[in-house]
This record gives sequence, C-alpha cells and structure tokens, in this order.
Amino acid sequence: MGKFITFPELLIWLPLLGGILSFFAKKGQSAKSLALFVSLLVLAVSAASLFYTGDKFASWNAVNYYYRNNIGSTFFVKLDGTGRILTFLTALAFPIILTATYRNNYKNPASFYGLMLLAQAGLMGVFCSMDALLFYFFWELALIPVYFLCSQWGGEKRIQVTFKFFVYTFVGSLLMLTGIIYVYLHTAGRVFEDGTIVSHSFSISAFQQVHLGVKEQGWLFWLFFVAFAVKMPVFPFHTWQPDAYDQSPTAVTMVLSGIMVKMGLFGVIRWLIPVFPQASIQYSHIVMILAVTGIIYASCLAIVQDNIKKLVAYSSIAHIGLMCAALFAMNPIGTQGVMLQMFNHGINIIGMWIVVDLLEQQTGVKEISKLSGVAHKAPVLTILLVIIALANIALPLTNAFTGEFMMFSGLYMFSGWYAAIAGIGIILAAVYTLNMIQKVFYGNSNSIVDSLKDISLNEKLILAVIVCIIFFVGVYPQPVIDLTKNAVSVLTAAVK
Amino acid sequence: MNAIILSAIWGIVMMFAGVFTKDKSIPKYLAYTGIIILFIANAMELYNGTLLFSINAHDMLRTNSFNLTFIAIALACTGIYFLLSGRDIEKVGEHVAEYFALIFFILCGVSLSATFNTLLFLFLGIEIMSIPLYILTASDKRNLKSNEAGLKYFLMGSFSTGIMLMGIAFIYGGTPNASFYISNIMLGAGRMPVMIAIGLVFLLVAMAFKVSAAPFHFWTPDVYDGAPTVFTSFMSTIIKVAGFFAFIRLFENSFGTIHDQWQNLIIFITVATLLIGNVTAVFQQSVKRMLAYSSIAQAGFMLLALFALNDKAKEGIILYSAAYSLATIGLFAILIKMEDYTIEGFNGLAKKQPFLALCAVVFLLSLTGIPLTAGFQSKFYMLMAAVENGHNFWLVIVAVIFAAISAYYYFRVIQAMYFKEPAREDMVQVVDVTPGFRIMLAVTALLIIVLGVYPEIVLGWMYH
Repeated sequence: MGKFITFPELLIWLPLLGGILSFFAKKGQSAKSLALFVSLLVLAVSAASLFYTGDKFASWNAVNYYYRNNIGSTFFVKLDGTGRILTFLTALAFPIILTATYRNNYKNPASFYGLMLLAQAGLMGVFCSMDALLFYFFWELALIPVYFLCSQWGGEKRIQVTFKFFVYTFVGSLLMLTGIIYVYLHTAGRVFEDGTIVSHSFSISAFQQVHLGVKEQGWLFWLFFVAFAVKMPVFPFHTWQPDAYDQSPTAVTMVLSGIMVKMGLFGVIRWLIPVFPQASIQYSHIVMILAVTGIIYASCLAIVQDNIKKLVAYSSIAHIGLMCAALFAMNPIGTQGVMLQMFNHGINIIGMWIVVDLLEQQTGVKEISKLSGVAHKAPVLTILLVIIALANIALPLTNAFTGEFMMFSGLYMFSGWYAAIAGIGIILAAVYTLNMIQKVFYGNSNSIVDSLKDISLNEKLILAVIVCIIFFVGVYPQPVIDLTKNAVSVLTAAVK
Repeated sequence: MNAIILSAIWGIVMMFAGVFTKDKSIPKYLAYTGIIILFIANAMELYNGTLLFSINAHDMLRTNSFNLTFIAIALACTGIYFLLSGRDIEKVGEHVAEYFALIFFILCGVSLSATFNTLLFLFLGIEIMSIPLYILTASDKRNLKSNEAGLKYFLMGSFSTGIMLMGIAFIYGGTPNASFYISNIMLGAGRMPVMIAIGLVFLLVAMAFKVSAAPFHFWTPDVYDGAPTVFTSFMSTIIKVAGFFAFIRLFENSFGTIHDQWQNLIIFITVATLLIGNVTAVFQQSVKRMLAYSSIAQAGFMLLALFALNDKAKEGIILYSAAYSLATIGLFAILIKMEDYTIEGFNGLAKKQPFLALCAVVFLLSLTGIPLTAGFQSKFYMLMAAVENGHNFWLVIVAVIFAAISAYYYFRVIQAMYFKEPAREDMVQVVDVTPGFRIMLAVTALLIIVLGVYPEIVLGWMYH
C-alpha cells in the first residue's frame, strides 16, 4: 500500500474496471451481482481509508503522476477531509442503492449496471482530484453515464427532461472551463522533478496561490458559481431538477439526489472559496439571498405537490439551499455543519427514495391524493419511513438535527435575518413532510393500496441500516466532525 | 516536399491504372498503397529531414515541423477515409481510378497550401485543391442535385478565386519591393497602406469563402448536400482544415505584425459563423445537412485560432484538424451505410447495430467536446489560445455557449439511436457493413479516445 497503489486510485479504478467488465456480462444476473460485489469492495476500501488518516499515512492517500508535463497538468488525486467524507458517502450509497433496487428488472441490465459503476468512478474522481483539469474531466465524466441512464431507463418524458438536465450542466461546466483556463494562465510556473519547466500549472496549490485582482475575481467567481449552482441546484438554476428526479429510474434518482448534488457543494468548498476568497466574501450576500429564496420557494412548492417524487425533489432543493447559505456564512461552525449535513442529507434522501420507490413499484401510482392508509398494509415500512422523514425535518436525536443546528448557528453569526427566514423553511418542511405521511400512510386504506405487501427482508435490512446510521450520527456525530475538522479550518483560514 | 511530388506522381499513376485495367478493385488497392507510401515519405521528412527529390524551389516552399505535422495529419486522415469508405467510392460511378487520381491531386494541393512561402504558391495550392473538387462534387452524373451542386460550387468558387487573385495583385503592388514572398510584405506598426489594406480584405474574403465561414458560407449546405456523400466526407474534413491551415499561415506570416488592425474583422466573422452554423444546424432534419451546418459551426471554433494567433493556437489548429476530421469522417462513413439520411432513420440503430451506434456516439461526443475525446482537447487548446490572447474575453464565453448549443443537434442523433424505436420493425437500416469496415471504425474511435487522453502524441511531432 502506498508504494503500489493508494486509496484514491483504488476508489477510482475499481468501479471503472467493474463498470467496463459489466458491459461484457452475458447474463443480466451476473452484471447485477458483479456491480453489487464491486460496490461492496469499494465500500470496504473507503471504510479502510477512514482509519488511515494521519500524516504517517500521507503516501497512502495521495498520488501524483507526471502525465501532461507540457501544460502543467498532472494526475493528482488525494483524499483530504472533505474528500474522505464524500467518497465514503458515495461508497456507502452505491451498495444501498443496488440492494434496494435489486428486485427491479431493467432491460439490458449489463449496460445499466456498467453505467452505474462508471458514474461512481466519475464521482469518486471529482471528490479526489487535486488538479483543475482532472477535476473538470471527472466532473463531465460523471455526467455522461447519468445522461444515458436517465434517457434509457427513465419515465415517459425522459428524453426531453434528461436533455434539459444535460444542457444546464453542460453550459455551467463550459463556463467553468473558461474560468479554469483564465486562472491557469495567471498561475505561477513550476519545475517538475524530472526537470521540465512549465510556465503555468493546474494544481490546486497553484490555483490557491494565484494573484487576481478584485475585479477579475468578481466575474471569475460567477463563471465557477454557475456551474456549481446548477449542480446543487440553487434557485434560480433549479428548474431541471424536479422533472429529472421524477422521470429518472429510482436508482439513478438516488445517485442524483444523494451524491451528485454534493458535487456542487463540494466544488464551492474545494475550488470556489479557496481560489476566490475576496469575491466569495463580496458576493456572499447575493448567494445567500438566492439560497434563502430557494428554501422558501421550494418549500412552498413542496406543500402543494401531489406527486410524491416531486415533493421529495423540492424538499431536496430546500435542504441544499440551506447548506449553500451556511457555506457562504464562511465561519467554522456553519462550514462544519455543512460537512456533516452533506453526509446526512445523502443518507436520508436515499432512504426517502427507497420508500417512495417501494410504494410506486407496488401500487403503480405516485400521487399523494390516490394513496391512503398504507400503514394498515405495511406497518414495518411505515415505521421506518416515519423515522427517515423525521430525520429529514431534523428532529433531535436524528442525524440532521446536529447538522442543521450547526448550520443555523453559523448562519445566525453571519446575519440574524437570513437565519430567521431560513428558519421558516424548517417549519414548512415539517408541514409538507407530516402532511404527506398523514395522507399516504394513515387514514383508511383504499383499493389501490389493498394489493400492497409489507417489505421483504433485504429492503428491511437496508432501511434498518439507514435508520441505524441516522441514530448513530444523531447521537454521536463526533467521528464525522473529527474527520472534516482540518478541512474546515483550512477553508475558514482561506477567507480570513 | 516529398508529399507534394509523390502525390502528383501517384495521381498520374492512378489515371493510367484506369486506362490499363477494367477491374474495379485494383485502383482501390493502388490508392491504399499510394497513401501509405506518401505517409511514410512525409514521416521520413518530418523525422530525419530525408528528401527523396532534390529540387531548388527558391524558398518559395518552406517546410518545417509545423506544416509537415499538418501534412501528416491530412495524409493519415485520408488513409483512414480510404479504408473506411473505399468501397463506397467504387460505387459512385464508372471512373473509379479517376476519383482516386483526383483525390491524390487534391492531396498535392493540400501539401502545397500547407508549405507555401509565396502568394503564388498559395494560389496554386488552393486552386489545385479546388478544381478536382468541382469534378468530384458533380461526379454522380445522373443525379441532378449533384450536377447542380457541382455547377454552383464551380461558379462560386471561381468567383472567390477571382477575388483572391485581385487581393494578391494589390498586395504585390503594395509591397515596397514588389515581391510574392509572404515574409517580404514587411509591415511595420502604424496604419497600413491602402493597397495592402484592400488586398488584405480581399484575401480575407476569399479565404473565408474557402473555409465556409459566415457570411460567405451560403454555398456550403447545398454543395455538401448535393455532392455524393463519400466526397462530402472528404471535402468537409481534410480540405476544409487544409484551407484553415493555409488561412492561418498566410495571416500569421504576412500580416501577423498588424494583427490588432484586422482582428475585429475576424471577431465579426467568428461570431457570425458560430451563430449561423449552430443555430441553423438545430433545425435540420437530414443528418447530412446537419453535418454540413455543423462543419460551419466547427469552422467558427477553428477561427478562434486566427483570432488568437499564438503558439497555443498553432497547437490548437493541429489538434482540431485531427479531431474534427477523424470524427466527421467516421460519422460520414456510418451515414453512407444508412438507408435513410433523416434523423428518424437513425431511430433504434443501437438495437440493430450496437457496435456502429457505439462508434457513432464516440464521434458525436468528440464533436460536442466531451472530455476523454480528441474533440475536447482541441476545443480546450482553442479556448486556451483565445484566453491567452488577453482581450475580448467575451468572445470565449460566446464560443462556449455555442458549443453548448451544438450539443443539441449532436445529441439528437444519439437520442434517436439509443432511446427511440424504429418506425418499422422490418426496416433494413444499414447496408453493406463488412468486418473490415467495423475494424476501421473501431480504430478511428480508439484514435479519438487516445488523442483525448494524451494529445501530446500529435503535438510532439510539432516540436520534433
């Protein structure tokens, strides 16, 4: 270890290889098993990486290949605090997603599971890369498999909806690319160990040390921010999201909402604030206003939604809006809260989608008004869902409580007004979530839910795992905080 | 130098082959041999400076690793084009040997216009490239559309040639010592003389016409659409990038010192080309016409090199030539095999021909500029060159927004192939797909990916 291969490399290459192998699987079942096996392997690697964090293991966690010396771009991957928590989330989410949807039969399963694993490889790359060009590579590469997954296996309107999603993100990333090039051309040169000299460099340290005027930082900030804002999504860049979540196959929706939205937040943490600290402070109010507007707007839309999938989608916009706002408060406690909440939100929303998917698979409807009294037919499902839903509205003892508490503290330190308005979002979240639970799960059961069976063992297990994580992090969030402490102090030091 | 002479000789050999043999496949194999010999001869010159013929050109032709690299790319792309579409060239008509002969003459023109050092040789190169092309466009003799396209191309082409000659005459008259050598134009800072200014504008218009940049692009869609598809493939790729290469060399070497005085004209042409190419391509129903407009749109991106005119732009144009030509040749090779040229004709191709569809996806993603493909690297270098230029950053933003629009029409083909059902189940979508064709297609797709990961393979030639 370290000498031959490192953690970040394993995290990228394993799913990539697994994905390519999957395409050649003759039988659907073998592709399925292979995908599950590879994702468990990745989880094991990722879990192991959590224990080897010290300076002693630095060589296990970073590697830098001199690859394109002539333009100063290298294959530089490294696990730091933020990267570690998000790669762990990715590694944890995939086995959960694959197990929860194990029963689903996709046509052409070899391609489906192959693309899923490729998407995982892309995501891992985004979270590990320490070179701007490499980051852009993976940023786009995570998108392409998801584009094919949604367009091929999604609902009726899948082609238009997915293309809208694609174009939004593509415009954003191209703008970011021009920004990357501009910053690159202003970085200092470096000398490689083999003696070649380049006049500029793509490495993150070069980017962080770049000297840019306030005016330049200003518009570069927006070039990057648009790319990240589309991915998160922040109001008003969110319009692709509810449709995409609704039309995608559930396994992909889980990837989109659980992990891919974190790419946006991660981009802000890793690239935006450290590279453009002055502009981030200068524009923090505008971003905050957008985020807070998004919280209220999405919550209101969630209240009136009849489509249960869109309800979850809008609730996700509201949660991400809060994280974005807390991030731009740029103080230690708020940022720490975001780190924690990124992990929590991923777990909780995947839990929500699993339940929604079970309902939709069995009853064939996703309208809240048509469902009623599910609790009579599926008591275990109901109990587990209620816990996940309560975690989603951040009740104490659940994981989201700690995160949201910290984020609100950070937000309050920045400005009481934003905290107050964002706080309304919490109340609204309770309104739409409880309303949904009440209508769908309680009351008299009707003919549609009559055919409903309670969940099977593997679904029970998966949801139980999620619930355990919810309680564990809710009671004892310290491990997550310890893991990301350094990253937070680095980030807040950058804006001082 | 090797390529210029050998390609002319081989063109004549091909013509004689047509006289002495009636067997249709002999010219094809002869052409394969010819292109391989040409490539090796050019590679020898590139690596060791070996010259097979010693001719004193009085410095009217100048070879260096930059333009030899370009010739190598043009020859390699032609080779791939022969291997992919050789069987389809045979099917166009009776005179197979002549078609190949004309293509070799065109290659002679390409090499000339890549190495010229005087305006005279630029003119010769461009003309040797164009005249065989008029014939190839009209080669489908019994097809009215092909005839119309040929005539249109000929009339418009001669017109632009006239303008070009006029421009050359003005510049010849305007230079202090009346010389054809491009480096002798010698312009200092300050306002340029009126004669030179007029000549520059005329040359700019003529070259813009040759590379189908807006607003001189009107011939392009009709000619590309009317010509036999195999030849559209050739003229929208290798000939187009050769035109660009000549364009850039001319303006860099003769007017590079007064770049700031004509840069605004280039900016106008770039924006117009990007706008017209991309927006019109969105509305096309036929893939062939869509590719015609896409070639205009890609020309807009290549014009960024002329806007930037620095070292990165040179690397960019080399990469762009390779990436764009490979992807478009591959796509046309698949299109030729299709029964129906409309986008609906591609519906459900992924089910019937998964391999062809996969290759088409690689080509389309490369044209869109998605990472891991050569198309991304070429766009990346172009953008880098344009940003390095230091001013008019808005042009870069405009360019990337149009690149995003281009995703719309390229992805429509992907959507048709993968996510839509064919109109009729019994439809024969693809004809005449041989194993050899599949292998060549795979090689082309692989080349695109290799260049996408490690473009230094080609760029390394430049600094040899």
